[in-house]
Amino acid sequence: MSSFFDVILTTDFAFSVLRVMTPILFAAMGALISNRAGIVNIGLEGIMLVSALTGVVVSAYTHSAWIGLLAAAAGGTLIAGILALFTLQFKTHIILGGIAVNGFASGGTVFILYLLSGDKGSSTSLQSKVLPSVDIPLVQDIPVLGPILSGHHILTYTAIVAVFIVYYLLNRTPLGLRIRSVGENPQAAQSVGVSVVRTQYIALLLSGLFAGLGGAYMSMGYVSMFTRDMIAGRGWIALAAEAMGRSTTLGTSLTSMLFGAADALSNALQVLKIPAELIGTVPYVATLIGLIVYAVSETRRKKGNKMKTGQAVKK
Amino acid sequence: MVAFLIISIVSSQPWQTIKIFLLEPVSTKAHFGNVVEMAIPLMFTGLALSLLFKANLFNLGAEGIFYFSGVVAASIAIHAHLGEWLHPAAAVAAGGLVGAALSAIPGILKAKWNANELVTSLMFNSILFGVGLYLLNYKLRDAKAFANVSYKFEPTALLDKLVPGTRIHSGLLIALLCIVAFHFFVYKTKWGYELRMTGINREFAEYSGIRTARVIILVHLLAGLIAGMGGSIEVLGMYNRFQWTALPGYGFDGALVAMLAKNKPLAVVGAALFLAYIRVGADLMARMSDVPSEMIAIIQAVIILLISAEQFLKFWKNRMLLKEAAKS
Repeated sequence: MSSFFDVILTTDFAFSVLRVMTPILFAAMGALISNRAGIVNIGLEGIMLVSALTGVVVSAYTHSAWIGLLAAAAGGTLIAGILALFTLQFKTHIILGGIAVNGFASGGTVFILYLLSGDKGSSTSLQSKVLPSVDIPLVQDIPVLGPILSGHHILTYTAIVAVFIVYYLLNRTPLGLRIRSVGENPQAAQSVGVSVVRTQYIALLLSGLFAGLGGAYMSMGYVSMFTRDMIAGRGWIALAAEAMGRSTTLGTSLTSMLFGAADALSNALQVLKIPAELIGTVPYVATLIGLIVYAVSETRRKKGNKMKTGQAVKK
Repeated sequence: MVAFLIISIVSSQPWQTIKIFLLEPVSTKAHFGNVVEMAIPLMFTGLALSLLFKANLFNLGAEGIFYFSGVVAASIAIHAHLGEWLHPAAAVAAGGLVGAALSAIPGILKAKWNANELVTSLMFNSILFGVGLYLLNYKLRDAKAFANVSYKFEPTALLDKLVPGTRIHSGLLIALLCIVAFHFFVYKTKWGYELRMTGINREFAEYSGIRTARVIILVHLLAGLIAGMGGSIEVLGMYNRFQWTALPGYGFDGALVAMLAKNKPLAVVGAALFLAYIRVGADLMARMSDVPSEMIAIIQAVIILLISAEQFLKFWKNRMLLKEAAKS
């Protein structure tokens, strides 16, 4: 057991939590926005994958990591836009639309990768760029905290800023109010003049944008190339984080961090011969339990309310 | 159409390639065998998902169950010593029952507490995959094999090949039997009627005296049973070791099959064959020409979007009507 804590209680471990948390946090913010508008976007996984490839390809051809990042974000938004067009305009069921996006991404990225580089596995032959890491002045000199907080990838800091932006957007702006009202009760929102379809469009596009940033981080920061199926379930974890965070910005960020920690842990614990396969399931089990507890308490509450109103009527 | 377009852009000999894509899967017995083999697991997951979709339940757990039941069937195939017929039957039954039991959990959660079956089933996929992979790596793995595979199955456990020269196995008969049985179940029995009513409108069904909670749990049990059997049969019919180190994807493909079949059990046969046909076509094309088989993923996505966009045509019609109305 002492070796277990030896692994966890190091600045390296805390640093790696932030590192692996970044893509999950981005995608979870995407999941949060679309869920608040009443849309379960299970295409996040695919959107991230497409963006990861877009970032690599565009940065390789333009020799600029920043244009690559821009293209990755735009690519994510575009895929989300297509998904939105079909689900909102043509009434494809959102789940089927999401499956289509994921299927397209996992095969389509390999297809395009093969056409461009002649390799089906990874993009090693493309001279892609990576985005820089940043040392924060002053902070990096603080003992313990310095090595944890400083020296991260620029998108890691962006992800943390994104949390505040999303919080502000959802809770302090008219658009946020519209998104939330459409998610809670579309009919009511419609009746007071909120365009449901337009709001959901915006929410889906934003969710694609965030997932796209997460994808860009994967191929231009976490590692420096694209490999097939490199997102490896992070889109699903983001949905789990969102569900377990009960669709609040704070809760979602905290659970993303928790899942990041679980992910980092499964990397770290391989040294200790605890099967990584089982540790990998921990976030999902935790989410499942969280969901069950929440669903049970919700049902109890509703039943309680019904009983109360029932008694009131009798009187 | 889209396929042809992509091929013509990518390939240096478009005509040749299109011909391979379309004709090669039906040109020889072995290739057509490939199509049927691939259709078998798609029939199982397609059937499981059409039942769920019919009840308006968006549960995608078939993916994890398919995998995990495969592990269960594999371990029975390796460790048990039974007779010629009994062995595969026991393995498939065990896989099916495990599948049903696992599937029931999101079902009960949905029925009793209205927990979103989509999210819970997705969580289950990841959990089952993790546990299944653990079992493969630590319990079933053959250290002597070079790859990450299990011990060899006992020869008694393998399913019989039906057609010589192909790998078509007796699982096909079970699949067809299940499909016919569920067609009857959905359209000719009281339970099936209740299932359909629950799917159309759960609250209305509840008011008209159907115990929808029970229906939902039953549908989950049945879908899990089918998906579990499908996973077991696929493992025993096609391989002699368990060798999936990633989720095989048949669960999600099942959603596509169910959609192509418009959730009708009998139509699942055709939909599964169609999907298998274009996949085998793409595989052969990749082997014989310069177009990679991953093209099929793009085509599938387009198919899903276009077919599921039931209102695609309606949308344009409405638009025309509105325009006309605006004119007058």
